[in-house]
Amino acid sequence: MASIAQPQSVVQPVTKPATGIWSWITTIDHKRIGMLYGFAAFFFLLFGGVEALIIRAQLAKPDNDLVSAQRYNELFTMHGTTMIFLALMPMTSALFNFVMPLQIGARDVAFPRLNAFSFWVFLAGAIIINMSWFFNEAPNSGWYGYSPLTGTAWNPGRNVDFWMIGIQVLGVASMAASFNFVVTVFNLRCPGMKLMRMPIFTWTTLIVSIMIIFAFPAITVALLLLSFDRYAGTGFYEAAAGGDPLLWQHLFWGFGHPEGYILVLPAVGIVSEILPVFSRKPLFGYSVMVYATIAIAFLGFGVWAHHMFTVGLGPTANAIFAGSTMLIAIPTGVKIFNWIGTMFKGSLRFTTAMLFAVGLVSQFVIGGLSGVMHAVVPVDTQQQDSYFIIAHFHYVLFGGTVFGLLAGIYFWAPKIFGRMFDERLGKIHFWLTFIGFNMTFFPMHFVGLAGMPRRYFTYAEDSGWGPWNAFISFGALVLASSFLVFIVNAFKSIRHGELAGDDPWDAPTLEWAISSPPPAYNFAVIPTVTHRDQLWWDKYGDEHGAHVSNDDLPTTAEVQQRANAQHPHVHMPNPSYFPFTAALGFFITGLGILFRDPAITLGLLHLPIFAVVGMALMIISIYAWAFEPAG
Amino acid sequence: MAQAVATLEQAHGAGEVGHEAEHADHPHSSTGLDSRKLLMWLFLASDCMFFGSLIAMYMIYRGDAERMYLAGQGSGPVPHEILDIPYTSISAFVLLMSSLTMVLALASIQRGNQRGLRVWLGATAALGLVFLGGQFYEFTSFYHEGLGLTTNIFGNAFFTLTGFHGAHVTIGVVWLISLIVVSLRGGVRQDQSLNVEIAGLYWHFVDIVWIVIFTLVYLIPYDKVETVGQQAEQGFRLIGLG
Repeated sequence: MASIAQPQSVVQPVTKPATGIWSWITTIDHKRIGMLYGFAAFFFLLFGGVEALIIRAQLAKPDNDLVSAQRYNELFTMHGTTMIFLALMPMTSALFNFVMPLQIGARDVAFPRLNAFSFWVFLAGAIIINMSWFFNEAPNSGWYGYSPLTGTAWNPGRNVDFWMIGIQVLGVASMAASFNFVVTVFNLRCPGMKLMRMPIFTWTTLIVSIMIIFAFPAITVALLLLSFDRYAGTGFYEAAAGGDPLLWQHLFWGFGHPEGYILVLPAVGIVSEILPVFSRKPLFGYSVMVYATIAIAFLGFGVWAHHMFTVGLGPTANAIFAGSTMLIAIPTGVKIFNWIGTMFKGSLRFTTAMLFAVGLVSQFVIGGLSGVMHAVVPVDTQQQDSYFIIAHFHYVLFGGTVFGLLAGIYFWAPKIFGRMFDERLGKIHFWLTFIGFNMTFFPMHFVGLAGMPRRYFTYAEDSGWGPWNAFISFGALVLASSFLVFIVNAFKSIRHGELAGDDPWDAPTLEWAISSPPPAYNFAVIPTVTHRDQLWWDKYGDEHGAHVSNDDLPTTAEVQQRANAQHPHVHMPNPSYFPFTAALGFFITGLGILFRDPAITLGLLHLPIFAVVGMALMIISIYAWAFEPAG
Repeated sequence: MAQAVATLEQAHGAGEVGHEAEHADHPHSSTGLDSRKLLMWLFLASDCMFFGSLIAMYMIYRGDAERMYLAGQGSGPVPHEILDIPYTSISAFVLLMSSLTMVLALASIQRGNQRGLRVWLGATAALGLVFLGGQFYEFTSFYHEGLGLTTNIFGNAFFTLTGFHGAHVTIGVVWLISLIVVSLRGGVRQDQSLNVEIAGLYWHFVDIVWIVIFTLVYLIPYDKVETVGQQAEQGFRLIGLG
C-alpha cells in the first residue's frame, strides 16, 4: 500500500485499575509488572543521570577538586553499572512485558509468576548494588571490573563485593525473564500469528531474550571465579598464583559485547514499529529486517576481542576479530536503509514518538560509524581508553537505546495509561534532548582524538582540553533539563492528558485493537490473525488498497469490542506472593554473602546465618510456589 | 555461591513452576510443544554456556600446574600424580547407568505403572547419590593428599569445575526425591508424565556434561600438553594462517 488514510480515534472512558500496595506485590499481570519495571528503571535512570552530572561538574574545568579521585572512580563505575543494568535493561524489559504479549494476542506471558519473580529479583539486585553508597563503599573498578583492579590486593574493601553480588543477582532476574519471553513468543501466539507475521518489536524481544540466555552465563562464571578469588583465596585472575587476568576480560566481553546488542536491539524494534505508523506505510523490507536482526545477534557473539586489541593477542586473533566486527556493519546498514526506505515517499507525521525515532536513525548512524572505525586495529589502538570511546558508545546507547526507548514511551504511553502525552511539551523535550545530547557527546570525539583519557578524575590546564570540557558540561545541563520537561509532561499527561481511545495513532499491531489501558485479560476473545499488520489489513485491505471478499466480516477491533460488551468472564491466574518471598530470599542470601557475619562454622564451611536463612526462605517459597494452585 | 543459588532456582523454576502455563487460560501452544518443556530446553541451552565457560577456564589452566611444578615454581600435587582414572571411571559408569534408570522411570509412568515409576526414580536417585558419595570421597582424599581449593591453579580449576557439576547432580537428586514424594501422594498421574520427562531432560544433560568433564579433566594425558598459545599457533598453522 502506497499510503493509507490519516487516523481517526475512538474515545472510550479509562477503566479504573485495582489499587493497593499488596495488589502490586502479588500481581502477576504482565502489564502491571511492566509498569513496575518502567517506574523502577526510570528512577535509576535519574539516579545514574545525577552521577553523570557530578562527573561532568568535576571535569568542567582543569585541576578541579570537587570530588576525590576515589569518589570519581565510584561515580563512573556506578554511572555505567546503573545505566546498563538498572535503567536501560529494565526499561526494555518494561516494554517487552507490557507490549509483547499484546502484540501476539496473548492474555499473559507463559509463566506469570516467574515474571513477577524476575522483577522482584531485579529490584533486589539493584538495591544490593546501591546499598554500597550508604556504607561509603561504592563499586570503584569500572562497570567492566577489570582484574587485577578487583582483586583483594588493590580493593580490600567491600566495594567490589557489592558490585559482584549485585550483578550476579541481576543476572538471575534477566535470565528468568528471558526464558519466559522466549517461551511466550514461541508458544502463546494467537491463531494465525506465524513467525513472519509477528511485529518487529516482538521479533526483537525474542532475539534479545535468546541473546541474554546465551550471554549471561559467561558473566555468571566470570563473577563466580571472582567471588572465589575474593572470598576463598583462589587465584583465577591473579598472575602471582598462576592465574591470568585476561581470562576475566575474555569472559567479561564474551558477555559484554552481546550485552551492547541486548541494549540496542529493543530500540531497533521500537523504531521499526513507529516509523511505519507515522509514515503511513508498512515497514520496508520486513523479512530482511528480521534476518538482519538475527545476523547481528549471531555475529555479536563473535567479536568480543575487539575490546582487547591492545592487550597483545597477536596479529592473527586481532585480524579475525577485526573482520568479524566489520561484518556487523552490513546487517546494521541494511536496517538503516530499511528505515529510510520506510519513510521514503511516506506521508510523514512528526509526532514526538516519530521525532525520537528519526532521531535514533540519525544518531545511531554516527555511533555506528565510529564503531566501524574501532574495528580497524591501528585506529583502535590510538583511540583505546580515550574519550573517543566514550563518544562512540554514548552515540549507540544514548543516541540508539535511549532515543528508541523515549520514542517507545511516547508511542505506547496512550496504551499504557489511557491518556495522550502532551505533544507540545514532548517536542520541547525532544529538541532539548537532541541538542543537549549532541552538545555533550559530539565534542568528546575531539577531546578523545586530542588524547584525553577516560576514567581520569582530572586533567592539567596545559592539556588544552578545558574549553571543550566546559562546553560538554554545559551540554550535559541542557540534556538534564530535557528530562525535567519529560517528568513534567509525564506527571501532567498521566493525570490530565487527553483520553487516548483504543487506537490513537491508527497503528497496525494487535495491541491497538483493545481498550487503553487494556483490561486485565487483554483480549475478550483470542484474536485470529490473517495478515502481517492485521489492523491495517482489516481497514484498508491489501497493498493495492483493494478490499478483498471478506469486507463484511467484523474487524479485529470490532470483535474485541463486541465481546467486551458482553462482559466476558475470562479466568485469569491467581495473584501470588511466593515470587516476592522467593526474591526476598535471594536478597537476604545476597546480604548474608556480603556481610558474612554472624556465621556458623561447620568443619571447613563458614556459613553466614543470613545466607542460610535467605536460602531457606527461597527454597520454601519455591516449593510452595510449585504446589500452589495457579488458579 | 550465588550461581549455585541461581542454578537451584532455575532448575526448580524450570521444572516446577511450569504448571501455571496449563492453567493460564491458554488452551493452545503455537509450537505444539509444552511450555514447561520448552523452558527446560532453554535453561539447558544457557547451562551449556555456563559449563562451556567453566570448561574453557579449565582448559586454559589445564597444563599450567604441571609446567609450573616442572619449572620449580608451583606447589603440588599436580594432576598426573593425583587423578585416579580407574576410580573415577567407575563413578562415571554409575552416573551413566542412572540415565538408563531415568529412561525406565519415564517409560513406567507413560504406561501408568506407578510402582515402576517410584522404583526407577529411586534407583536413579540412589545412583546419583553413589556418584556424589564417590565425589565426596575423591575430594576428601585429595584434600588429605595436600590438594585443596587454593593449593595451586589446578586445585582452583579442578574443584570449581567438578564442584559445580556435583552441585548440579545434587539439585537433580533433590528433584528426583521430590518427585518420588509427590508420586507417593498420588500426584503423578499417567497423563502427567511430562513432570518426569522434564526432570529427565535435566538429569540426562548433567550426565552428558560429566562425559565431557571426565574426558577433558581425567582421560586426556597431562604429561605432553603444550601451552594454550602453542596449541593455538599449531591450529593456525594447520589452517594456513600461521
